[in-house]
Amino acid sequence: MKLEDKKRVLREMVLHRRFEERCYQAYIERKIGGFLHLYPGQEACCNGVMEAARPGHDYVITGYRDHIHAIKCGSDPKAVMAELYGKETGSSKGRGGSMHIFDVAHRFMGGYALVGGPFPLAAGIAKGIQMKGGDEISICFLGDAANNQGVFHETLNMAALWKLPVLFVCENNQYGIGTSIDRSTAVLDQFKRVCGYGIESAQCDGQDIDVVYEHARKAVDYVRSRKGPYFLELMTYRYRGHSMSDSRGYRTREEEEQWKQRDPINILRDRLIDAGALTMDDYNAMEKDTDAYIENEVIKFAEESPEPDVADLEKYVFA
Amino acid sequence: MAEIMYWEALQRAHDEEMARDPLVICMGEDIGVAGGTYKATKGLYEKYGPLRVMDTPISEGGYTGLGIGASFLGIRPIIEIMSVNFAWLAMDQMFNSAAKVRYMSGGQLTSPSVFRAAGGAAHQLGAQHSARMEKVFMGIAGLRVVTPSNPKQAYGLLKSAVRSDDPVFINEHELMYNMKGEVPDEEYFHPLEGSEISRSGNDVTLFGYNISVHWCLKAAEILDKQYGISAEVVDLYSLSPLDRAGIKKSVCKTHRAIIAEEDEAPVGVGSEVIAIINEECFFELDAAPVRVHSALVPQPYNHKLEKAAIPDHEDVISAVLKMLGK
Ligand SMILES: Cc1ncc(C[n+]2csc(CCOP(=O)(O)OP(=O)(O)O)c2C)c(N)n1
Ligand SMILES: [Mg+2]
Repeated sequence: MKLEDKKRVLREMVLHRRFEERCYQAYIERKIGGFLHLYPGQEACCNGVMEAARPGHDYVITGYRDHIHAIKCGSDPKAVMAELYGKETGSSKGRGGSMHIFDVAHRFMGGYALVGGPFPLAAGIAKGIQMKGGDEISICFLGDAANNQGVFHETLNMAALWKLPVLFVCENNQYGIGTSIDRSTAVLDQFKRVCGYGIESAQCDGQDIDVVYEHARKAVDYVRSRKGPYFLELMTYRYRGHSMSDSRGYRTREEEEQWKQRDPINILRDRLIDAGALTMDDYNAMEKDTDAYIENEVIKFAEESPEPDVADLEKYVFA
Repeated sequence: MAEIMYWEALQRAHDEEMARDPLVICMGEDIGVAGGTYKATKGLYEKYGPLRVMDTPISEGGYTGLGIGASFLGIRPIIEIMSVNFAWLAMDQMFNSAAKVRYMSGGQLTSPSVFRAAGGAAHQLGAQHSARMEKVFMGIAGLRVVTPSNPKQAYGLLKSAVRSDDPVFINEHELMYNMKGEVPDEEYFHPLEGSEISRSGNDVTLFGYNISVHWCLKAAEILDKQYGISAEVVDLYSLSPLDRAGIKKSVCKTHRAIIAEEDEAPVGVGSEVIAIINEECFFELDAAPVRVHSALVPQPYNHKLEKAAIPDHEDVISAVLKMLGK
């Protein structure tokens, strides 16, 4: 990545972090309802992969922890926040909510609430690309625990069999809600699980965006050049609970602190400072500007937008 | 009789059955170390250990089938599905294996398995986490379906389900785990079949199950106080089989029927109850039976749309007033 790109990505990652933290606050204030799954700690995963891919051109699909993936694909943070507020101006017109952000114009094919559901959909999107003859790829971001769904294995086999242009990104944060990976999964290295299907795979640090980017570039090139599917495992950590009702009793504060020592934003920030491309003052200003943008534009838009009309309850059920 | 919460009643039933019979096990996501999403298995992992309280991977089809396989050897698994929405992934095993095995083996094998799931629509959980799926389960031959409306039923139905040699699906409700109610101090087994009169009345019967029993009870109270209408409330805690005799008896008494269900209308408890009324006591009716039900839409996230999609006691009251021409 060029230095200028890194600076831009740092700014984006700060937005991604502050956006999610602001969601947390809005949830406490009961502006956001339902389930809310936040992304802090994992920012280098989505950013590193999508910098290597072509956001808005390549198709992306994911689970319920989906706000940042949508924004990275090009969604307006205002529309995402408005969705969380259940407003008519939201990305899914207030019908979807946090777990179901969709932005098809930016080829963000949605967030899905059932663990593992997106695997075959991603392969199907790759099939669509194959049929239509474009140069896009299909990218599926899911967690580690999702790999224990049967449909994961069914999908891997078909993707390999039919050489589908799909990149599976496993954001391995080592927990599925309150169950640590060693208590749910016999083989801890997820990238090894796909070998039996003849699928290329790799594992790398998911906290250092440069490392993610390098690995993702190889993976994206491989898939784009139509060599077949690829599975990339990124080792990462979610700072917050699984969703809002999680008091994190299943892990220690020490473990959390250790991971925070390798914060993806700090890693990139410090690297840019060391390279003389950024000062701490620049960074502080970046955070401040971001907060002001979120408050004055994103939240304001969500607050002021209208709710859907109850008379439209049945709109969008059928074509 | 102690007042305890719905989740505590479930926990007690698990605990008693596991203490009594070493072949009773429980399985599910986050039920062990974490104590269960709704605490129904709290403390059991510590007491009975990982061989009997199994934290499963997120593999609903897999562990449900595994539990059913174990039940073929006489193990009695209580399989918790974290949310009924995820039961879609387990239905093949529930329906094709557990429900059919006795019949297709000519009575050689049986699956004494229990499936519990948090059903119903909670607040703003959206389209993929708000399904009411009673309608799907209640149409399967060989599968018993019960749905507790209070802690006593939650306790007694689970106890009976564990002892039953048939597979039993227990449909719970996300919003009811903290509901309080009296549960007998001594051991209690609730019948898996039948229905219960929750409130006696003469002018109209309100049929409900699970959460809609509470809409009906609230409606009955308001109808009595504000309109002088005497409504009978019948709790259909068994959805399969439905209590034909109980339905008939109440309709023969009040001559009017309203069925309140949280599920969408087409194909469901309401349509089944009306069919039973037609078959059993059509000429007893003074008015055409009416269903109060959800709109046929994937559950919207927005709170106003959600409220518009799901009925409550006010909709029951309106239906009664309309039926009685008030
Ligand atoms: C089919 C299904 N089963 C269970 C759940 C409940 N659930 C939601 S997220 C989750 C854990 C998923 O963990 P992982 O795949 O590692 O993703 P992460 O949340 O860590 O990003 C579970 C069990 C669900 N949503 N869908
Ligand atoms: Mg995880």
